[in-house]
Amino acid sequence: MVRFKQRDIISIRHFNKEELLYILDLAKQMEQMDNTELLKGKVLASLFFEPSTRTRLSFESSMKRLGGSVIGFAESGVSSAAKGESLSDSIKIVEGYCDIIVLRHYLEGSAQLAADVATIPVINAGDGANQHPTQTFLDLYTIQKTKGTLEGLTIGFLGDLKYGRTVHSLAYALSHFGAEMYFISPPSLQLPNDFIDVLKDRKVKCHENESLRGISRRLDVIYCTRIQKERFADPVEFEKVRGIYRLSRAMLEEVGIKNDLKVLHPLPRVDEMDDSLDATDFAVYFHQARNGVPVRKAILAAVLGAIA
Amino acid sequence: MKHLDVAAIKDGSVIDHIDSKSTLKVADLLHIQNEEQVVLVGINLTSKFLKKKGIIKIEGKIIDQKEANKIALIAPNATVNIIKDYEVVKKFNTVIPEIIDGIVKCFNPNCVSNHNNIKTKQHVVNKNPIRLQCHYCERIMGAKDIVLI
Ligand SMILES: [Zn+2]
Repeated sequence: MVRFKQRDIISIRHFNKEELLYILDLAKQMEQMDNTELLKGKVLASLFFEPSTRTRLSFESSMKRLGGSVIGFAESGVSSAAKGESLSDSIKIVEGYCDIIVLRHYLEGSAQLAADVATIPVINAGDGANQHPTQTFLDLYTIQKTKGTLEGLTIGFLGDLKYGRTVHSLAYALSHFGAEMYFISPPSLQLPNDFIDVLKDRKVKCHENESLRGISRRLDVIYCTRIQKERFADPVEFEKVRGIYRLSRAMLEEVGIKNDLKVLHPLPRVDEMDDSLDATDFAVYFHQARNGVPVRKAILAAVLGAIA
Repeated sequence: MKHLDVAAIKDGSVIDHIDSKSTLKVADLLHIQNEEQVVLVGINLTSKFLKKKGIIKIEGKIIDQKEANKIALIAPNATVNIIKDYEVVKKFNTVIPEIIDGIVKCFNPNCVSNHNNIKTKQHVVNKNPIRLQCHYCERIMGAKDIVLI
């Protein structure tokens, strides 16, 4: 039985296929629903120890559209943490003021620590390079919505696969749905071997490539991520790879793609996707960003027990 | 064939069949420097099961299964003998536990367990070869990454 009431949302690894689908289904209902009073009288504490304006606004909007209210801070400089208070202490105090905590923190594992300490549910809104489960839920939702299904898709992950946590979480989640995966990156930014092993243990067909050429026609979805200049010791090396992983309409036409290909990107983008893609049917990244609200509404309503 | 042996103890524990290279790590784990009575440590002894084994004998200390299980992390083949009046009265194998509590440092410098004063915790995802997953940051450590606190 699927049960979300009072549950912490820390890592996408903690959810089975049935639970993932339950939230996606609920998100669909939320999208069709106008503003409601489902969470009237409930208070969400939004604790952002590192700035992430979009994620924070998306949670706040979701809570308010369900009739709830929001307290919190947007950077740790203004919190007691700046005075040296431990995260555990902050959580123990804040939980007295609210019904649910949304935590963003630069240290990996901080959300799990908060969940272990708190008696109310904690939602991880990003813990360092580790997890950002609501992002993964909205990525899944976008794929399901634009492809009509999550089953048996061929997905290409493009860009920085070594440090990109969104890639790791989404690949893990898609392993429940019999996906075949192509990991396309420069050699220095390949998916970590440990993680390839995890996927292979889960019976995923994995391929590693250095460019889209030759494989692009097989892909149902391209999940594009940003390659950060700071990851390269040598700026010349960065310039070299930048062009290979820069998606544009012309580039996709040249390598050849399926007519119903969809391109996702967690945004913000810098220049890894050209504006020329934006007006095409391939580009779904702006829909993806908008899907954050129904997905987070679904999670908040389920965790706070407003929906049976 | 004649060979060197480590002297017997009267009452206490003998940890045998330690992979020779890990002997001093096991000694560290057991905090032998705090013992008041005789402690004997042997390295590179001949063994029927391992090419070379290590052995630790601690006078006056009884090791229980829980403590033995910690040893299993670094010396999975180790066995424990409890000695009373020079006789073995109990013998058991070490078993790697499902959860490792407060003895292994997380190797991820950006892990919350390395910044807040909290007890480390790992889930054993595989026993042979050993793979531990940090309860907090989810990173997976292999044998080479294991550092004891
Ligand atoms: Zn850790």
